[in-house]
Amino acid sequence: MAIAWNDMTARNKREARFAAWRSPKGPDGKEFQFPSPEAKAAYQASVDRFIDALKLEKTPERVPIFPLGTFMQTHVYGVKPKECLYDYEKLFSTHVRFLKDYKPDYYASPSFVGSGRVYDILDLKVYKWAGHGISEMSGYQCVEGEYMKAEDYPALLDDPSDFWLRTWMPRAFGALAPLANLTPFPFIWEIVGVTGCMIPFGIPPVQEALQKMIEAGNEAMTWIKHVVGFDLQAWALGHPTLIGGAAKAPYDMLADTLRGTRGIMLDLYRQPEMVIKAMERLTPLYITQGVGMASMAGNPMVFIPLHKGADGFLSDEQFARFYWPTLKALLLGLIAEGCVPFLFCEGSYDSRLKYLRELPRGTTFWLFDRTDMGAVKKQLGDTICIGGNLSSGLLLTGTPDQVRKECRRLIDTAGKGGGYVMSNGTGMDEGNAENLHAMIDFTREYGVYR
Amino acid sequence: MAGKLAKLLAELKEKEALECVRKALEQNADPAALLAEAREGLAVVGQKYSRAEYFIPDLIFSGEIMKAVVRLLEPRLKQSRQEKKAGKVVIGTVAGDIHDIGKGLVVFMLEVNGYEVTDLGIDVPVEKFVEAAKQTGSKVVGLSGFLTLAFDAMKATVQAIRSAGLPEVKIMVGGGQIDEQVRAFTGAEAYGKDAMEAVRLAKNWIGG
Repeated sequence: MAIAWNDMTARNKREARFAAWRSPKGPDGKEFQFPSPEAKAAYQASVDRFIDALKLEKTPERVPIFPLGTFMQTHVYGVKPKECLYDYEKLFSTHVRFLKDYKPDYYASPSFVGSGRVYDILDLKVYKWAGHGISEMSGYQCVEGEYMKAEDYPALLDDPSDFWLRTWMPRAFGALAPLANLTPFPFIWEIVGVTGCMIPFGIPPVQEALQKMIEAGNEAMTWIKHVVGFDLQAWALGHPTLIGGAAKAPYDMLADTLRGTRGIMLDLYRQPEMVIKAMERLTPLYITQGVGMASMAGNPMVFIPLHKGADGFLSDEQFARFYWPTLKALLLGLIAEGCVPFLFCEGSYDSRLKYLRELPRGTTFWLFDRTDMGAVKKQLGDTICIGGNLSSGLLLTGTPDQVRKECRRLIDTAGKGGGYVMSNGTGMDEGNAENLHAMIDFTREYGVYR
Repeated sequence: MAGKLAKLLAELKEKEALECVRKALEQNADPAALLAEAREGLAVVGQKYSRAEYFIPDLIFSGEIMKAVVRLLEPRLKQSRQEKKAGKVVIGTVAGDIHDIGKGLVVFMLEVNGYEVTDLGIDVPVEKFVEAAKQTGSKVVGLSGFLTLAFDAMKATVQAIRSAGLPEVKIMVGGGQIDEQVRAFTGAEAYGKDAMEAVRLAKNWIGG
């Protein structure tokens, strides 16, 4: 390594990240030892297959296969979402079983489920989860709300971290409400500022909140051991994952997490400049998050779930003004660091395709849900790598023959010449065993480029 | 004054619309007439939405302006005049699902098109749909759902309505992952891709 990281081109950074992904490191920092040359070959072939699809430079040897689910992989074995959230052993061992039985190219990590115990300890308000406000058979569902108020923009702009700590977290977690009593940390200075600023930490409710964070931290440590253990088992079976880090589109940070769907829509009319300033303030934070997580995982893929910019959610003018500029900045920031943005594009994006042409060729992966894949291929086949569009309705309620027919259509249209990954377009919570086998097995055979 | 409030509301001019109402009230305008005018404005918003000139934020914001208009008028409205409604529709997000954005849009569009909508809310148990269909005499029931989990709940709801002796009730489904494939699975009469489709379906079934 003669060239320092900061002196490398984006392309070379990406090649270095690809090399690290092909030869992963274990938790001890040493190169992961595959149990057999076959497992290593399968793992690396899957990584290469995706890289070929992504770069749009040559046709992969076949269409990569990525069945995407949150609770789907456990549902096919009758394991309830509630068990997944609380019984880590069961969750992770069931995912291993799924990999052995279904043999997809890539795994969608069970870490997406998270820990129900952590949510319980913190009394998370932003979501309901299996057995906590919703049925034990349902995974998790968002609770719409204004966790940031319309008048909070100046505080967010002033200092996002302080806003998160003392305003957003007390509203988003019942157990952390007392954090609102903390003094802003920059108020601690020289010697005279120290003692007084410690007073909030002496208030019993604040101490209880901190105790809850310690409890949640301990639980998260137990959980992460299972996550890492699972990753190693998945690699040993020859499966890489397509998700290394994660980031959010700045508009979605406001529309999902902070202001809520309704709140942000009112802001578009009442305080548009504030919305733009807030997004610009948040953009570098999520570049840092995506790059940091990808580096830690040794996997360049940065998962970005896109929500409130889909067709209908904004006019074209609003998309151009509010959604796209900071999303594009986020993507270019990640690409400059050698990461590969993986856009998880729920709903349909038919009216947004023209914007995607502005992206550098072969640098991003877009997984579509209900977008017209023929149009995407035609307009963007030389720009982005695409995937998905196998409908969850079909996968759950159709017949294996219907699934095979639809996979054939997708491979023939979206997969023509490469640049396509077979997948469904949503993180499914349920699965139909026969149909999943049909999707995977058919694509493995029919998806070979000859 | 006629038409001004409707126009301001249709153009989403919040401050101007509220100012217009305040001034009109100062001049002793008929609050019921103002309300009717505001409704006209909202109907224009609905029309623009169905022509893809307006989008979801426009609907949400117009609804917000309307709420503020109603707040100003309410203390002066003697008795709400019973308007002639186009027909009755029962709607709700099916059991197990707590999403309501899509459902809200359908309710908005049905209401601005003159339908009397009974909105049962979210996570609605099967029996509640049956009960509401019976009580209101609605001939149209709309089932909303965002999750794949909703497929089974929709099917169960359709079956319950069928077996409750309500043969004339027509059922539409929509939302998230619903498509024609899922409609067939649930046994509903129709799948609506969006809120405009819901209005078209209701018009075909019960007129208005």
